[in-house]
Amino acid sequence: MDFKNLKEYLAWLYFQYLIITGIYVLEPWEKSIFNSVLFSAIAMVIYTTYVFVPIHVRLALEFFSVVQ
Amino acid sequence: CKNGPGTGVANSLPRHEPFEQAPMYVAVMTYLGYGLVTLFGYFRDFLRAVGLEKCHVAQERSEQKDFVPLYQDFENFYNRNLYMRVRDNWNRPICSLPGPVFDLMERISDDYNWTFRFTGRTIPNVINVGSYNYLGFAENNVDFLKTVAEKTQEYGVGVCSTRQEIANLSLHQELEQLVANFLGLESSMAFGMGFATNSMNIPALVGKGCLILSDELNHTSLILGARLSGATIRVFKHNNMHSLEKMLREAICSGQPRTHRPWKKILIMVEGIYSMEGSVVRLPEILALKKKYKAYLYLDEAHSIGAVGPTGRGVTELFNVNAADVDIMMGTFTKSFGACGGYIAGKKVLVDYIRRHSHSAIYATAMSPPVTEQVIRAMKCIMGQDGGDEGIRRVRQLAENTRYFRARLKEMGFIIYGNDDSPVVPILLYMPAKVVAFAREMLRRKIGVVVVGFPATPITEARARFCLSAAHTRPMLDQVRLLRPLRLHNCGCFLSMPITISQR
Repeated sequence: MDFKNLKEYLAWLYFQYLIITGIYVLEPWEKSIFNSVLFSAIAMVIYTTYVFVPIHVRLALEFFSVVQ
Repeated sequence: CKNGPGTGVANSLPRHEPFEQAPMYVAVMTYLGYGLVTLFGYFRDFLRAVGLEKCHVAQERSEQKDFVPLYQDFENFYNRNLYMRVRDNWNRPICSLPGPVFDLMERISDDYNWTFRFTGRTIPNVINVGSYNYLGFAENNVDFLKTVAEKTQEYGVGVCSTRQEIANLSLHQELEQLVANFLGLESSMAFGMGFATNSMNIPALVGKGCLILSDELNHTSLILGARLSGATIRVFKHNNMHSLEKMLREAICSGQPRTHRPWKKILIMVEGIYSMEGSVVRLPEILALKKKYKAYLYLDEAHSIGAVGPTGRGVTELFNVNAADVDIMMGTFTKSFGACGGYIAGKKVLVDYIRRHSHSAIYATAMSPPVTEQVIRAMKCIMGQDGGDEGIRRVRQLAENTRYFRARLKEMGFIIYGNDDSPVVPILLYMPAKVVAFAREMLRRKIGVVVVGFPATPITEARARFCLSAAHTRPMLDQVRLLRPLRLHNCGCFLSMPITISQR
């Protein structure tokens, strides 16, 4: 597994992702649909984490009387 | 003598036959892959139904829409949405003889495998690890094929009749005598087609009121023959002697289903080497069970005749048992002898009965003379009767290739099924996209493999199957295993190596 540069490594990772999820056998437009759906789901998760996790952590710490 | 055949003492080396389970995450990912592609299959079916996409497969006409649907079952769904996407990996046309290297016709598809067209070019010198060419007899060496040419000139190519009518050539008698000598049995009979040897002869041997105990993973020809015969079929777990013994005891104690009369015959059907797993039958144990419970044994040596055993005599030689203990020995000439056809061998009484009562013997066309002579010359070569040691050299070369290849693959960390002596090497790939990528990438690197998925194997155990040959040289085997583009999980190592593709 010798990769000459980062680009090759990323191409390899993308190939792994295609094989593991089974998307490799689909046509390109189906791949795009799945990738965009997955990407938007992950983007929403990240956004929700960014907005809500600090608030929840602060509330939890207040509840356990660590921070007043 | 103590160490000769017939002592029935199995080889003292422990037979290592693991059927490793894959790690849990591999099974999860396999189901995930199938699930996603199935979802997309439903989506595409919806598009076709609505009319947004042209439907390439057969469809019912609008007048038939009120009737029972024809194409809605799972098999058709699988065919339309999974198989069609990837079917460029199967049925590849070959334009040379299937030796250790061969030429493929290059074909490409413009509409995602619905139709193909040939570019007119060939892909030359692809290493062949898919053909059943165990001893390398699929060759076009002029010296070796001299007798075949002579016999073709003498007898022609077509026989124009069946064995029982007027096509019983002296060549056929010679072949049958040779097969009987090769196996060390009294008599044998040869048929024109290997599949038909099983499916047409089992009905002649058993009928209603008999019991067939067949292994879980038996070939379709055996299953078809068993069903055609009308006997009761019970299936025991693969190579599992406890399961077989339990069934034998139950069969003898309770007899036939409603009347409880004793079974007329109990026939145990097993294969020498199972072609999808590469596992070898446990012959000494089955023989002991057969003698204890007075059953009969039908051994299908399609893949093991010529390919295992120190002199290529099959599993009876591998386990050092007397071939006369097996009641019906069946085999094919397709795999190790480079011809086509099958044989059944055993006691003279049995073979004479089959000559009179088998459908294949009475109605099917006899073996063609060049094919018969090819089997004769291949068998003489293996037995050493042609005056050289070419045959025994090939048998030893195959054994060496098998051991080398299997050992190296295990070292690299693949999950491989089967016995260490069997030249059939299935590598488990599990995920559907992985088998497809494997076949395509191997072809890009000029290696032709056979990959198998559902429905020939269980849905989570898709595999690639390598068939080694005595004609493969060490550099070829190294090329196959080192240019391997996709490495697999090593279930022993927690640093699991995900699959990789070398961009060389």
